[in-house]
Amino acid sequence: MLSLTRIPLGAVIGLIFTTLFLLTAIFAPLIAPYGLGEIVGQVWEPSSANFLLGTDNLGRDLLSRMIYGARTTIFIAVLATALSFSLGSILGFTAAVVGGWFDMIMSRFVDLLMAIPTLIFALVVLSVLPTNIFVLIMVMGILDSTRVYRLSRAVAVDINVMDFVEAAKLRGEGRRWIIFREILPNALSPLVSELGLRFIYSVLLLSALSFLGLGVQPPAADWGGMVKENKDGIVFGIPAALIPAAAIAALAISVNLVADWVLNRTTDLKGGRGNG
Amino acid sequence: MAPILKLIAQRLALGVLLLLAVSVLIFAGTQILPGDVAQSILGQSATPQALANLREAMGLNDPAYVRYFKWLGGVLTGDLGTALSSGQDIATSIKGRLWNTLFLAFWAAIVSVPLAIILGLLAVRYRNGFVDKLISGLALASTSLPEFLIGYVLVFFFAVKLQWFPGISTVYEGMPFGQRMQAIALPATALTLVVLAHMMRMTRAAILNVMQSAYVETAELKGLSAFNVIRKHAFPNAIAPIINVVMLNLAFLIVGVVVVEVIFVYPGMGQYLVDHVAKRDVPVVQAVGLIFAAVYIGLNIIADIAAIIANPRLRHPK
Repeated sequence: MLSLTRIPLGAVIGLIFTTLFLLTAIFAPLIAPYGLGEIVGQVWEPSSANFLLGTDNLGRDLLSRMIYGARTTIFIAVLATALSFSLGSILGFTAAVVGGWFDMIMSRFVDLLMAIPTLIFALVVLSVLPTNIFVLIMVMGILDSTRVYRLSRAVAVDINVMDFVEAAKLRGEGRRWIIFREILPNALSPLVSELGLRFIYSVLLLSALSFLGLGVQPPAADWGGMVKENKDGIVFGIPAALIPAAAIAALAISVNLVADWVLNRTTDLKGGRGNG
Repeated sequence: MAPILKLIAQRLALGVLLLLAVSVLIFAGTQILPGDVAQSILGQSATPQALANLREAMGLNDPAYVRYFKWLGGVLTGDLGTALSSGQDIATSIKGRLWNTLFLAFWAAIVSVPLAIILGLLAVRYRNGFVDKLISGLALASTSLPEFLIGYVLVFFFAVKLQWFPGISTVYEGMPFGQRMQAIALPATALTLVVLAHMMRMTRAAILNVMQSAYVETAELKGLSAFNVIRKHAFPNAIAPIINVVMLNLAFLIVGVVVVEVIFVYPGMGQYLVDHVAKRDVPVVQAVGLIFAAVYIGLNIIADIAAIIANPRLRHPK
């Protein structure tokens, strides 16, 4: 059994911060002192009792926007990760079980998609698609599912030749049973440790896209978009843009610490990533 | 020598095929919209007549594959078309920018590659010690940092507070070398930091892998000096994985350059791409996207070829 005292310090810190970020995202409207778009003061006021983090480029409370930003950032990243996982793993398992031409075509197509840097291809596609949250989640999720596909296919190919799967096949179970009842439960642990890494990747990709002005559109804001809004203050020595940027880093590092710990716990299992 | 040449030729041919497939994908990626480019340029309020005229002018009435081959033919003869938003020839606007981007990436690579290898070696030398833990910790942290945090922290301290370097990297043609270097100091540092940690971590893993192998242990046990163990046994075996790591990260640099150029308002390919994505200028996006993909694939091919040359075992595939 997992005992709480045996969790390494790094993982504990990661867990605490990840939980804090999640709670902030969930209860954003209750925590935020001001509204999302509410103009409450002068432009780029320094931090004060009223505005703990100061105000932004339009005189909105930065702390409130950070809290709402946590919600937008985490919401989109979670949905994109969920999409990339369900799509990638189902296709990956299916390719491994079905094999033949399906496997061949899927795998070559994924190779092709991965031959273009994700950010570049996302930019190419977003140049014609309308900019809204739904499109954003779809693009991020589908592009990222290529990596999940590779991992889950590799894991499933190993499991597919094990005795219990052979037994199920001989029993006459259908492919759906093989994939969801035999392979999925056994492939779960390497996939779960990958989950954290893919989530971080989604957060960073979303932030980059929003920073470039192609992600979440104003007045809604995620952290990457807030960096963009406040970046002009930097040359005047106003560090408002650094706060959302640091929040992205903090979220990514906390999740990374947790993922690293999960990864280390599952490396001895089949399909783990070894000493990565 | 002949089998090596054959392998390299095969790899090159494969790369060309891949690039061709990627060009189809990039072209297809800009065709997935239910409407078309004419619609997105003119907006929802366009009259049907204006739409029809623009479609005619842009050749949008041809089927997609005809347009693809026209585009591909143009690209192969150096004609990238004209930008919708400005009407300028894309190839001429790109030339200077491509040079700027390569200049920036070159200096970032010159600094980051040796630094990463030295730090990776240090981490292996003092394995599990303080230095190794520090390096690994920093590596873990910096893979989680967004490029713009690194970029703006550099601007905040070195351009605004200390005023050592300009925060906006303006470069122009005929700029003296010294001034140009000063202008790119901060973006090059940001890029270096973006790729350094990952490269270092992978170098460490590659060297560690070699150092733990049986032949290195044998070499140590037969009494070779540490220097000779590394020179004769560890280094020749580690060089192929290290080349791979370096090339992989240089490819990563190509992506990082997009965000870094926007941070420092540097007139390169990345800035050009982002500007024209926002303007929905499809011909420019296709051209720049293809160039980025070509560089990325090219670096991967070079990595493979270098690995084949450095590692005799790869010359005899099963």
